[in-house]
Parts: sequence; structure tokens; C-alpha cells
Amino acid sequence: MDEKIIEIQHVSKSFGDKNVLRDINLYVKKGEFITLLGPSGCGKTTLLRMIAGFLQPDEGAILMDGKDITGIPPHLRQLNTVFQRYALFPHLDVYDNIAFGLKLKKTPEDEIDKKVRKVLKLVSMSDYEDRDVESLSGGQQQRIAIARAIVNQPQILLLDEPLAALDLKMRKDMQIELKEMHRKLGITFIYVTHDQEEALTLSDTIVVMNEGRIQQIGTPIDIYNEPVNCFVADFIGESNILKGRMLHDRRVAFIKHEFDCVDEGFGEDVPVDVVVRPEDIYFTTDPAKCQFRAKVNSCTFKGVHYEMWVDTDTGYELMIQDYDPYPVGTEVMLYIDPDDIQVMKKERVANVFEARVTGAGKVSFLDTEFACDTEGFAEGDTVQATVSFEKVDLLDHEETADLTGHVSVILYMGDHYHLTVKTETGENIWVDTNDIWDKGDFVGIKILPEDIRLSKPAAQHE
Amino acid sequence: MNKRSSWALPYFIFLVLFVVVPLVLIVVYALQDASGHFSFSNITKFFTDKDALSTFALSIEVALENTALCILIGYPVAYILADKSLNRSAVTVVLFILPMWVNALMRTLATAELFTMAGITLGKGTLLFGMCYDYLPFMIYPIYNQLAKMDKSYAEAAEDLGAKPLQVFTKVTLPLSMPGVVSGVMMVFMPTVSTFAISEFLTNNKIKLFGTIIQENINNSMWNYGAALSLVMLVIIGITTFLQGKDSREAAEGGAI
Repeated sequence: MDEKIIEIQHVSKSFGDKNVLRDINLYVKKGEFITLLGPSGCGKTTLLRMIAGFLQPDEGAILMDGKDITGIPPHLRQLNTVFQRYALFPHLDVYDNIAFGLKLKKTPEDEIDKKVRKVLKLVSMSDYEDRDVESLSGGQQQRIAIARAIVNQPQILLLDEPLAALDLKMRKDMQIELKEMHRKLGITFIYVTHDQEEALTLSDTIVVMNEGRIQQIGTPIDIYNEPVNCFVADFIGESNILKGRMLHDRRVAFIKHEFDCVDEGFGEDVPVDVVVRPEDIYFTTDPAKCQFRAKVNSCTFKGVHYEMWVDTDTGYELMIQDYDPYPVGTEVMLYIDPDDIQVMKKERVANVFEARVTGAGKVSFLDTEFACDTEGFAEGDTVQATVSFEKVDLLDHEETADLTGHVSVILYMGDHYHLTVKTETGENIWVDTNDIWDKGDFVGIKILPEDIRLSKPAAQHE
Repeated sequence: MNKRSSWALPYFIFLVLFVVVPLVLIVVYALQDASGHFSFSNITKFFTDKDALSTFALSIEVALENTALCILIGYPVAYILADKSLNRSAVTVVLFILPMWVNALMRTLATAELFTMAGITLGKGTLLFGMCYDYLPFMIYPIYNQLAKMDKSYAEAAEDLGAKPLQVFTKVTLPLSMPGVVSGVMMVFMPTVSTFAISEFLTNNKIKLFGTIIQENINNSMWNYGAALSLVMLVIIGITTFLQGKDSREAAEGGAI
């Protein structure tokens, strides 16, 4: 089980000037169900297509069973793919679709017949062999696509969002069947999806990707309980993501209260991000247990549980899930177990740009010229410009803006929003704001001269 | 009749006037003798007229040859045009179908002039050249359309299942592009059977095609026999369309032109 069947070493790929994958390192163990999970455009499908052989990496190598397969064309690779929209050949019936690979290998007729019948049984589609593939429903086409791939007995099955086109009920059923199939066949499954719930249900290992980079690799439980950064915490499940401060080992402050936690090694008095899952905040009636008080401001029935938003006594908003509802307006006492507080290192504490002084009182970064105090620096100097998150102004027009961009990520931090704004040149700027924006909104970005701090660049070229 | 269906009235009148009436007239004229009495004499005349029959056979032969030639040249061209890694520009596609916008008669006359200038004797070779030149775009475009809209994942799936590049083509790409080919055949074969201008200019009337005799008969006021010959051709066209039935409908959905 611990044998590595696929190894991906330092793989990078760009289309034009867009970096789709940046230095990906990953291995897949024999027989495991591994899922590449991420939002659209994160590079997961590109990575899968590289393993299949449809794309070549710009840099790096892909190894299968320890042998470099980087330049080998798809038809010579010992793996098969289930395509997103199935790609069943419309000019062939179900039987001939499944037999396609076997016929190419010049398998004897009676053996083909046996194998086709066997996989049809496995995907519960016996008696469908003479059907026209276009007459099948989405779920049935899905099964045939899987049958067509596994009949060739590949060592690895690649699945590119195979359930994306199915309705919810069907998707749930197919998830169970896929899991069952994986167990029966005992081969390696590499699965691509943007659906976090699907990934949690199916996988042995999840690889969370964003913007061409691997964010976290781990078991579903690890990923859910111990996300390494805000992106993973926000992408997987529901969460309260909050700004915090690590006071010392096993003690953290957030929402203006102090809590015991289990994390160590961050140092003393260090800014951190804190994640608390909504099901991990408990109601209590015992004042001794109470860590903070809050008032319920909304309560929605969600089927199994109730989802409540509460305003804490310190002015933060938290989401809580509980089996018992508390009416809107109720004053409640709350506590969080130390185990359930996930502390994460802050990825950044402010916007830091590499900038160039372009004249007295002028500096250029993000392909834009800004006015600021340049005392102590000469024209042409390379400097580091720091702008704190809350000092970036977002405008709904571009007339007085320094530059423009689109809101690409929104995180609610309990009392403000933390936005990632992608500029027209594809760079990111992070913004803390109380205003409500939507994902994809076009915004003008303005930074006042006094909010730009210049410093010597981190010593690297001297 | 509801309000909206009355909007179709002008088109209905147009169809009756310019499609149904002429067709009926052809049948009526074909089944009359010179004095205007009902008779099958024109039809029997054709089937006993050795010259007419051999011209007819020759027309079919030339049309078949031309269609085959157009497929042989047109398919690879369409394939290259539709392959994004070989051709990224829509302009090249337009360049290939550009000749369709120039009047066929002009092109044919110009071709004939070129042959004369180059001192090439006009005959069957030049006839086929001219026909192929005239009708090639009508073959390229439907095939190109079919290939360009084809989901690339079919070819990838075949490759994934172990097909070598040539097998991908023969087992998946070619069969899936057949509706385009069928549509192209319809647009090349049928007009070539009835053409007369190309044979007139490019062979100096040395080779007569079926279209030529129809034209000669009508020009010489032999309306009834001309109509009978037209009727024979209509039947041929009808049979071809019928034979291609399902496929051509699919191709039409693909939007030939």
C-alpha cells in the first residue's frame, strides 16, 4: 500500500503568461483514492491531463512506478480516464464503446465478450449492450464511461469531475457506488472535483489546490479539522475565520476574549488566523463554563441542524450550528473546547510590493505610479512598499482610482471582510473592509500617499 | 388559423409560385406530346435514345469522379483548417471559401482562358479540373464545420483507450465527420450532374453532359422533351436525397453553409 505509483516532481505549466501550475510536488500511493480539490481555474484539471498525457509540463517530471513517463503519449500509458462529459463515442453502441480499448489490443472476440459483460454487471448496466449511447440518461452514460475505462484493467483510473453533470440525488448514489467500485477493483483512483463534500466523502487523501499551488495534502479528517490556511478553512466546510493573536503556547486571543488552545510553537504575541467550525461552539447554561456571551440575531432550520448567527458581547458575528434552536434575541452563554480551536500562521500581515522609486515623491508598483513620501530614497531605487490591509480603499468607480481590479476572494472575519482583489495585470492586493462586495465585482483601488510605507528591500541581491 | 401562422402566408405564396408551379409544369410538359396530348412518348424517347443515355451515363460518371476528387482534396484541407494546432486563424478558412463568392461562370471562363493561354488542349482533364475547382469549397466547408464543432474529448478518449494517432482518425474522427462528408457530397454531386456551363466552356462543347442536352432542347423550343429529361434528373436527385435521408438531415443541423 505504501508503494508510490505516481510521483510528480517540480511540475510547472503556463498557458501564455498565465501560470497554471507552479512547482507541484506530489506522490500517489498504490491503491489509494486521491482527490485533487480546488475552485475552477486552480490547475487541478491541468494536472490530471498531464498525468493522462494530454499535456506536457513546461518543467519537472512525472514518474509512474519509478519510471519517467513525461514524454510518453497517452495511448502508451497504463491508465484510463473518465471524462467530464463522458465522451462516449456517439457512432458506437454501448457494447462497442466498452470494447473499444480491448479491440485495439486485438483481444480475442470471446474474451472481449466475457470482459464487457463482466464490467456491465459491475456498473449494474447488464442488458444495455445494444443501446445507442445517446439514448441513455446522464447517470447511465456515466456508468458506461466508467465501464469503458476499467474494462482495460488500468493500474490507475483518472476521473475528471465525473459527477458534475448529474443531479444531486444521482450524485450521492454515484458517490457511494464509486467508493464501492474502488474497493472492489483495488486500483488507484485519481479524482478531480471542485465539490468539497464529494472530496470528503470519497477520498483517502485530499490535495487542496488554489492558483496553481498545492495548499494542503492530507486525509479528509486532517483537512477538515486542521486547515493550514484561511483558503483551505473557507473552502472546506463552513467556518468562522477570525483574526487572532497567539499570546504564548496554548493561549490565544480572538474576538477580544482569551481562550485556551492546544497549539504551540508560534512564539509569543504573534498575529495569527483562527478557525472555529460552527458546530464547535457550544451553548451552556453554566456561568462557570461560559467563555463569552452573545445575542442570537438569526436562526435558520437546515434539515439536520439549525444555523444561527450570533453577535458577541464584543461586537463580532459568529456562525453556530446546533441541533436545538435558540430564538432570535436570546442572550446566550457560549464556550469553545481548546481542541476545536485551529490556529494558523498568518500568510501575510500586510500588502508588500516590490516597488521602484520613479522620482521625488513618486513610486511605482502594481504597474501603477503612486504618490508617497520618498525621503531617504533616490530615483531608480528598488524598495519595498508596505500597505496595510485596511488602508486600501475600494471604490465602485474608476475615475479617482489609482488602478482597477476584480474581487476574487471574500472571507468574512467576524467583524469585517478580508478581500483578495485581482488587478488588471493579474496581481493580488488584499483589503480589509466593512463594505459589502460580491465576488467578481469590478472595483477601483485607491491608496493614499500617507498609507504607503517604503523600506529597503529584504537583502537578497546585495 | 391563429394570428401568428398567417405571417407564413407570403412565404407560402412564394413557395407555390416559384417551387410548386414550376415542378408541376415540368411534369405536365414532360407528359405531353408536341400537340399537347397526354403521352409517355418523351420518356420512352429518352430510354431508347442511345446518345441521350450515354450522355446521361457520362454525366453520372463525371459527377462521381468529381465528387471523389473533391473528397480526396477537400477532406485533408478541412482537417487542417479545423485543427487548432495547425491553423489558428479564421482568415485562412475564409480564404478557402472565398471563391464561392465569385460567380461560377466568371471563374470557369477565366479558367478556360488560362488553359488556352497555356496551350493545354481542352478535354475531360480540363473539365474535371474546372469542376473540382468550382465545387471544392462546397466540399470543404461542411466537413470543416463538422470537424470544428466536434468535441475534442472524443479523440482524447480514443487515445486514452490506446488508439495510435492513425487509429484515432480511422475509428473516431472519420466516422464522426461523416455527416459533413455526406452534406458535401450532396452539394457537389447533384449540381455537377446538371451542369452545362462548365462543360461548354472547358471542353469547347466537345464533351456534352446531361445538363447540356436539357439546355439544348429547351433552347431549341423542344419544351416537352427537355421537360422529360429534367424530370429524369429530378428523380435521380430525389433518390439520392432519399438515400442520404437521415445523415443529410443531421448534416443540415450542423449548418452546411
